[in-house]
Amino acid sequence: MAASTNLRRFPGFLTVTIICLFVLYAPLIVVAVYSFNASTSITNWGGISLAWYVDVFTGPEAPKFQQAALNSIIIAVCASIVATIVATLAAVAMTRAGRFRGKTLSFALINLPLMVPEVVTAVASLVFFSAIGFTTGLTTILIAHTVFCIPFAYLPISARMQSIPDMYEQAAMDLYATPREAFKLVLLPLMTPGVLSGFLLAFIISLDDFLITNFVKGAGIETLPTAIFGSVKQGIKPNIMAISTLMLVVSVVFVSLSWLIGRMGQEKT
Amino acid sequence: MTSPGIAVSVEQVVKRYGSVTALHGVSLDIRENEFFTLLGPSGCGKTTLLRAIAGFEDVTEGHIRLKGKDLVDQPPFKRPVNTVFQQYALFPHMSVTDNVMFGLLRKGWSRQEAERRVRDVLELVQLSDFAARKPGQLSGGQQQRVALARALAPRPEVLLLDEPLSALDLKLRQAVRMELKAIQRETGIAFIFVTHDQEEALTMSDRIAVMSSGRVQQVGPPREIYEAPVNRFVADFIGETNLLDVEVESVNDGMAKVLLPGNRRFECPAAAVEARGAGHLSVRPERISICAEAAGDLIATVTGHTYLGTDNQLHVKLVDGEVMSIRLQNTESTLLPKTGDVIGLELEAGAARLLAD
Repeated sequence: MAASTNLRRFPGFLTVTIICLFVLYAPLIVVAVYSFNASTSITNWGGISLAWYVDVFTGPEAPKFQQAALNSIIIAVCASIVATIVATLAAVAMTRAGRFRGKTLSFALINLPLMVPEVVTAVASLVFFSAIGFTTGLTTILIAHTVFCIPFAYLPISARMQSIPDMYEQAAMDLYATPREAFKLVLLPLMTPGVLSGFLLAFIISLDDFLITNFVKGAGIETLPTAIFGSVKQGIKPNIMAISTLMLVVSVVFVSLSWLIGRMGQEKT
Repeated sequence: MTSPGIAVSVEQVVKRYGSVTALHGVSLDIRENEFFTLLGPSGCGKTTLLRAIAGFEDVTEGHIRLKGKDLVDQPPFKRPVNTVFQQYALFPHMSVTDNVMFGLLRKGWSRQEAERRVRDVLELVQLSDFAARKPGQLSGGQQQRVALARALAPRPEVLLLDEPLSALDLKLRQAVRMELKAIQRETGIAFIFVTHDQEEALTMSDRIAVMSSGRVQQVGPPREIYEAPVNRFVADFIGETNLLDVEVESVNDGMAKVLLPGNRRFECPAAAVEARGAGHLSVRPERISICAEAAGDLIATVTGHTYLGTDNQLHVKLVDGEVMSIRLQNTESTLLPKTGDVIGLELEAGAARLLAD
């Protein structure tokens, strides 16, 4: 091991760290804390209460948010499943097909959505859908989400694939497994942690997306982020804070799971 | 066509990767029930040849026949040969039992028969108590035995072993050698064993093929390879040797008359060499003894010695500046000459060999 640098020796290290942490996390903490506020004001503290969480599920806006949440989940599940399948196949091709013409190009194409500004993708998707005369609605959101989720699913899967030497598939074929059986019985189980990790990441990316969704959604169709935005435009109410906190918890759980599963798989080999 | 008694016959196999040729027309016959070793330095083509037999490499030209049947167009999963991989390649997500059973089930054995066979093979490699473990819970030596059991279970016609001992530590490696040899005798399957370790090759093999730069240099039993190398490469690669530049006076009936450095005449067996001119004499360090200056075939000055436990290695310099090493057994009666002493060297008749380049 090389001697590690003591970061504290850098001038201003502590100050910069505190500023960064404050800017990143203070708003989240405020939202989370105020979601338990008993008062109807969003700035005055009126004691601890779960009233706004009850309101989310039973209040006057509950049906709207429930429909939006349902839409979000349907889209996230479908888009991340399709994206994970495509990403898995892409990762197998990229790591097992050896060198082929256009390999670098393929790699760039798979990962391009990560680099293109999201608003460009959003505008492009909208223009594309209207150009081919596709009525915007749930389907357009689903298609757009599937596409931008692919690179997010691809990254953990491909990282996992690169750590699996091809000797396992060779050993399987040496032991009379056809290429299909070698994939199903040996490669796929070994890839599983990466695939799950990719799926969870894609799921949460889709669940959280606002920009592209807002462009390509049809009239009257809302996902949770767009519903929250619509509601906030008429003034922030504490129930928004409760919904936001719930989404935050779901995101943290999924991202942690994705990370844990990815790590667990790596320790095995 | 293959004659009976031949398990694998490699015929004029050429393997090219683009402009690089890994195998230059290799031909070999591996007999049934034989422990056959492909020995050579890294990059000599031994692993490429093994992988070509297993089916992981296509051959550019030539044929590989298994009991007379051409394998060249068969994919690996249709070839009745199994491989023990260098890194074992045990499936990490399966238990020892499932690993060993894998090949049997793919081959279409019934579960019941397969289970019986797995029990038998695990007993053969003494791992019955570990059947339920995952490979990650086993030591390196145990993993190596699982890999062996997995490859032996489907009763392959030939077992291929790709440097299977190189990942083990020295003590274990020596124990496993004997075990591997015993298992080969017990199963009666031809083993094709790839290694760069000459000691491994000499102790285990029935026959060895020494390879270098994509060509077979010599095929023969260990004793023949060590004692009668056909060329400089084989003499130098297998064990330690002294190579002396000599002048060949005549070669008759496999016996050569040569002029040694220092101008004394010497008679020795010769590998295929030109009848006259410059040649190389190979003498093993343990086949040289020291004597009085006047009685020696060679005269040398002692430049130093190294203590090796069982032996003392003596470093000497000849009159023409050539350097040689001599091994003297470490017994109480051995008197070691001191550095700077001038001594005579006697070459054991028949043990020195004249070699081609």
